[in-house]
Amino acid sequence: MEAKEKYKENELTDLSKDTIDGEIATINFGPTHPSTHGIFQNVLQVDGEKIVSAEQTVGYIHRAFEKLAERRPYNQITPITDRLNYCSSPINNIGWEMTVEKLIGAEIPKRVQYMRVIIMELARIADHLICDSVVGVDAGALTSFFYPFTEREKIYELYEEICGARLTTNIGRIGGFERDFNETFHTKLKSFLKTFPPAFEEFNSMLERNRIFMDRTKGAGPISAERALNYSFTGPNLRAAGVDYDVRVAQPYSSYEDFDFVIPVGVNGDTYDRFMVRQEEIRQSMRIIQQAYSNLPEGSYKADLPEFFLPPKAEVYNQMEALIYHFKIVMGETHIPAGEVYHAVEGGNGELGYYLISDGGRNPYRLQFRRPCFIYYQAYPEMIKGMTISDAVLTLSSMNVIAGELDA
Amino acid sequence: MNAISNEQVLKRLNEFFEADILSNEEPFGLLTLEITPSKAYEMIEWLKNDTVLQCDFLTNIAAVHYPKDTNREMVVVYQLHSWRNNFRLRLKAFLPISNPSIATIVPIYNGANWMERESYDFYGVNFTGHPDLRRILNEDSMDYFPMRKEYHLEDGTREDKDDRFFGRF
Repeated sequence: MEAKEKYKENELTDLSKDTIDGEIATINFGPTHPSTHGIFQNVLQVDGEKIVSAEQTVGYIHRAFEKLAERRPYNQITPITDRLNYCSSPINNIGWEMTVEKLIGAEIPKRVQYMRVIIMELARIADHLICDSVVGVDAGALTSFFYPFTEREKIYELYEEICGARLTTNIGRIGGFERDFNETFHTKLKSFLKTFPPAFEEFNSMLERNRIFMDRTKGAGPISAERALNYSFTGPNLRAAGVDYDVRVAQPYSSYEDFDFVIPVGVNGDTYDRFMVRQEEIRQSMRIIQQAYSNLPEGSYKADLPEFFLPPKAEVYNQMEALIYHFKIVMGETHIPAGEVYHAVEGGNGELGYYLISDGGRNPYRLQFRRPCFIYYQAYPEMIKGMTISDAVLTLSSMNVIAGELDA
Repeated sequence: MNAISNEQVLKRLNEFFEADILSNEEPFGLLTLEITPSKAYEMIEWLKNDTVLQCDFLTNIAAVHYPKDTNREMVVVYQLHSWRNNFRLRLKAFLPISNPSIATIVPIYNGANWMERESYDFYGVNFTGHPDLRRILNEDSMDYFPMRKEYHLEDGTREDKDDRFFGRF
């Protein structure tokens, strides 16, 4: 820690004094480097092992989602959102559904809101578990990578019970869910609530006070609160720098105001703080799930929006109205009113926003995703300047830059 | 639960920028102002430093293309957020497609850098004074701005699909 700070102190002011052999080398970090966890390229200027400057190249997996969305009916945009932050697809899906619901002014039953909270918090746990265990890997601790994956698997099994899919979930519908939680889900969730906390604490104990891990992560890739705000940071990365902004609290959606939870904040905004903030958020997510599940209201699992829910087949064969809705949904002819709406949810990485402009047709006139990754990844060169390459690796993984969300 | 209501925000802004706020509306409670493009920089900087409004977080920059609005085809939408007073604010600057230029706000918010590059990449909005205005997600040699409405998503040569039945155009 001390050595690292000294190293930073006399950096870059006079290169000729500080260089190892007076030579700056250019290296390509990525695009397919094992430690980048996705397709990112960084062109690094290094002096010995010290980074003088970095420049990111993004767009390797750009799939033109915003353009695609302009030709798709609303219910077919949900699977596009899966592929943004694919570590926590359900949050993206539900965020999008809530955006449309806001525009059409749908009233969502309390049960649906609580069900959504449970699923979104499960997704947040899965997202943070991956990020934190990968930070461990990049610091050289492979064991702590395998243990949490057992738990993540259980979360994916829970998704499977709800929507049949695991990674790209396409969970829920505009207005609620396609079916209620089934018996297997209840059994699995109850067992998860019991077995996850001890398993998580075991994982946590491998890293939290691990001397080697702390030495490697403390002081690596720090950012101050002012700089982070200037870069429009949100989410755990901002909270690690000490700012307690969380969309769930600032502008609650889906009944988050009903639950009692704490927003953890860090101090230094470095890799260790980012790790610690995510770890604490996992505990808080568990608290939210417990509260939501034990108070799960009775009622319907979907809102009364026939134009967004396929009617039962028997009705389609016998009733005119059901047949019309069936046809409209299958042909993607559900029109929604004109309007302009912005809805934000707290995604795994921060404020995930949907800016939707509708001109009253079957598909959006314009849809923009506010992708937290894309915005905070800009600060990466500033954060790793003067650090070593191994610190750059740790910084990248602890920022949780997800290629899908970065490139849209 | 806004600590400051939209009326108060508008009133405060009107004290300083009355001539430059061309219209206002509140879709879904989010105060949306149309402003003079040349004053966008000044207004955003003022909002950041104003001690009453404290609107000092840049949430998002988006561009939208309205090909039918002559001389105001391109819109740059700035979305700001005051965390202390918990209100959001949307500023819209309409620009002609023949010269979609507006001053960059990178000196105010570093985070605007990539947001502006993205709007340039997809819509061709020219942010004057931007330190590094290059394409970001698309390939460098691309010679058009793909999110503009004249570029249809599907292959225009296909005859088996009649756009009248399947889409907007």
